[in-house]
Amino acid sequence: MSEEKEKKNEDFEPKIVGFLCNWCSYAGADLAGTSRIQYPPNIRVIRVMCSGSVDSVYVNRALLEGADAVLIGGCHPGDCHYINGNYKARRKMVLLKNILTTLGMEPDRIWLRWISASEGQKFADTVKEIVNETKKLGPNPMKEKWNI
Amino acid sequence: MARIGVFICHCGTNIGGVVDVDDLVKFSSELDDVVYAADYKYMCSDPGGKVIKDAIEEHDLNRIVVTSCSPRMHEPTFQSVIEDAGLNRFCLEMANIREHCSWVHKDEKEEATKKAKDLVAMAVRKANTLEALTSFQKDVVHDALVIGAGIAGIQASLDLANTGKKVYLVEREPSIGGRMAQLDKTFPTLDCSSCILTPKMMDVARHPNIELLTYSEVTEVDGSVGDFKVKVKRKPTYVDWEKCNGCGECGQVCRMKDKVLDKFNEGLGKRSAIYVPFQQAVPLKYTIDPSKCLMLLSGKCGDSPPCQDVCELGAIDYQQEEKMIELNVGSIVVATGYDMLEASDMYEYGYSQSPDIITNLEFERLISSSGPTSGHVHRLSDGEEIKSVSFVLCAGSRDMDHKEYCCRIGCMSALKQAYLLRDHMGEDLEINICYTDIRSFGKGYEEFYRRIRDGKSNFIRGRPSEINVKEDGKLIYNIFDTSTQKLLEINSDIIVLVPPLIPRNDSSELSRILRITEGADGFFLESHPKLKPSDTTTDGVFIAGCCQGPKDIPDVVAQASGAAAKAMGIISREELESDPMIAWVDPDMCVGCGVCVEVCPYSARELNEVTGIAEVDEILCTGCGGCIAACPSNACIHKNMTKQQILRMIDEVI
Repeated sequence: MSEEKEKKNEDFEPKIVGFLCNWCSYAGADLAGTSRIQYPPNIRVIRVMCSGSVDSVYVNRALLEGADAVLIGGCHPGDCHYINGNYKARRKMVLLKNILTTLGMEPDRIWLRWISASEGQKFADTVKEIVNETKKLGPNPMKEKWNI
Repeated sequence: MARIGVFICHCGTNIGGVVDVDDLVKFSSELDDVVYAADYKYMCSDPGGKVIKDAIEEHDLNRIVVTSCSPRMHEPTFQSVIEDAGLNRFCLEMANIREHCSWVHKDEKEEATKKAKDLVAMAVRKANTLEALTSFQKDVVHDALVIGAGIAGIQASLDLANTGKKVYLVEREPSIGGRMAQLDKTFPTLDCSSCILTPKMMDVARHPNIELLTYSEVTEVDGSVGDFKVKVKRKPTYVDWEKCNGCGECGQVCRMKDKVLDKFNEGLGKRSAIYVPFQQAVPLKYTIDPSKCLMLLSGKCGDSPPCQDVCELGAIDYQQEEKMIELNVGSIVVATGYDMLEASDMYEYGYSQSPDIITNLEFERLISSSGPTSGHVHRLSDGEEIKSVSFVLCAGSRDMDHKEYCCRIGCMSALKQAYLLRDHMGEDLEINICYTDIRSFGKGYEEFYRRIRDGKSNFIRGRPSEINVKEDGKLIYNIFDTSTQKLLEINSDIIVLVPPLIPRNDSSELSRILRITEGADGFFLESHPKLKPSDTTTDGVFIAGCCQGPKDIPDVVAQASGAAAKAMGIISREELESDPMIAWVDPDMCVGCGVCVEVCPYSARELNEVTGIAEVDEILCTGCGGCIAACPSNACIHKNMTKQQILRMIDEVI
């Protein structure tokens, strides 16, 4: 990577789409709010009932349209409000990462994290981490491809 | 055709101080299908609700977007508001610009406003395809289950049973009573703990509406609010409780008499293999400890087992087996109590080095007249009388190496124990209380503290650096008193550690069974820290007592009554409204592959035998959405959370 491009990458503000389950991760994000824990404003959260309801299509659509990273947040293993939805999410995301790799997309743009309702700090830290790591990856190459 | 109204809340300065609300109103009003946008200082207030209602009428709105706090907070509030104005409650979408925006991007006002615009735009995109949904009514089972029969479970059961409802009270120990039964006196009134507890235990035993299931554990919970199916394992007691009259002859003749460590006495006393935990046990029925009974371990106990020989009622039954029973209840109160942090886990306090270093719960058993020493406190190492005693408060609590939180009862319990010791042994006894801060917050607590802090006991502000055992067996420690700025060396005959309350060691398992959440400290998490202290994330399941966090007895009892009232709110109803935001299968799209049937964790999906198409059982479906992501034909639809709606929201972000 040329120096110039590297510089450009650090300036860019990644756009992150988050799918958070209603019972754990969305509540964790709420707790980050009530605790006034500050994190970068790069994420847009969509509330879903369960991480297991996150269709691969959602992630694909977000990435193909140019989101720089996608976060799927669910309850900790064993803690799923709907018994086993988070395990379904885990299996799906492993597959999806494989598929994306074969398509030439960095699999590290998909983040699956277990964040409980009491982990506001973890949610904020996760967003910070995604922003930092995504800055290193640079903008989603799909964005430019569509522009052609 | 959707006619959307967007209502933006300032939440005082919570939102308005960060997000440019005027700009947001202007932006919202220009979005597709938005015919009206307005702001108000507090949208959740009555006048705020009126703003929405008036606008619905005036502008003929049929979909509403409220842009304010988390839907987890106020969604029901705004649903009622729009219902009052004649709209279907499900025609509401919320954009969370407080918890997810203004509160977390305080110093980035411009970015926060930009984010708020995105969030509103996403909500509007979803709102214009929201469907009006109707709930259906489902029948409610009028019985309740209470798990744990300490003072919290006892109180909740009595409150529920007194309203005429049937209560199943499940306790895993052979007797009810819990931790409170172990205590000698209670602070600050110095009531004898068992004197105030045992009448309540008897009330439970006698109550016609309470079915007591002791020595039993909840192993499985299915179903949902209003109709839970619960499996309870009844462990074998090897004594037929129908026959046993609690005479105690068997315990006297047991070959293991005085050989088994007594858990009720915190391991300080010994009992037989056939036992009752304590003399006031309810029910007063004997239980054989299968890990200690020679007959159960080896099939042989002398020539013939003496307990069987002596029992004239023929109650001993070595063949008894575990039984599973199934209960059907409308709501559940969880009151499983607490454990204490293992003192041996804290090296610095030397608990394992000397039997004269004890915990406050062990002290309770020692000073209790029903305890192993009949209330006489002496050195456990050599039986000598004590001339000095030290209490170490916050031994493991308010300590980042162990537990960060305050145990809430340690200070008062130590003050009470110091008082009792002086009362028993006279003023010559040297008492040292090593404290961090004395927290005497409850009613009458500060007054009690003043009674003890009369100059006759030493209060040292600090924690011992390390407790050591001298060659003669006496204890010695250094402590820096931060109030006098002096390093002290203190000799003590016994040391009482006050470790923190911690969650039950198997509370994670129960949280899984009940699908409730644990907080960062491991205690069960309430729905809202201020306003819903007894609710959990699972409707119909309530928590009470120390399983939710450390508490003193008055707080436990109050919360238990609160949880009982909450449970009553469900089981006293004839019908409950079901959540209509569940799955639906489009018969034109479904190919009958059956993937959804396999995926559904609630068995809420079946293939219709005639048509071969999947059908949703609306009572069992919880709306998790697992089938929606699994269906290869796009035939499964999550009402008001459809794939199309979410894809539109994604499009809006990017």
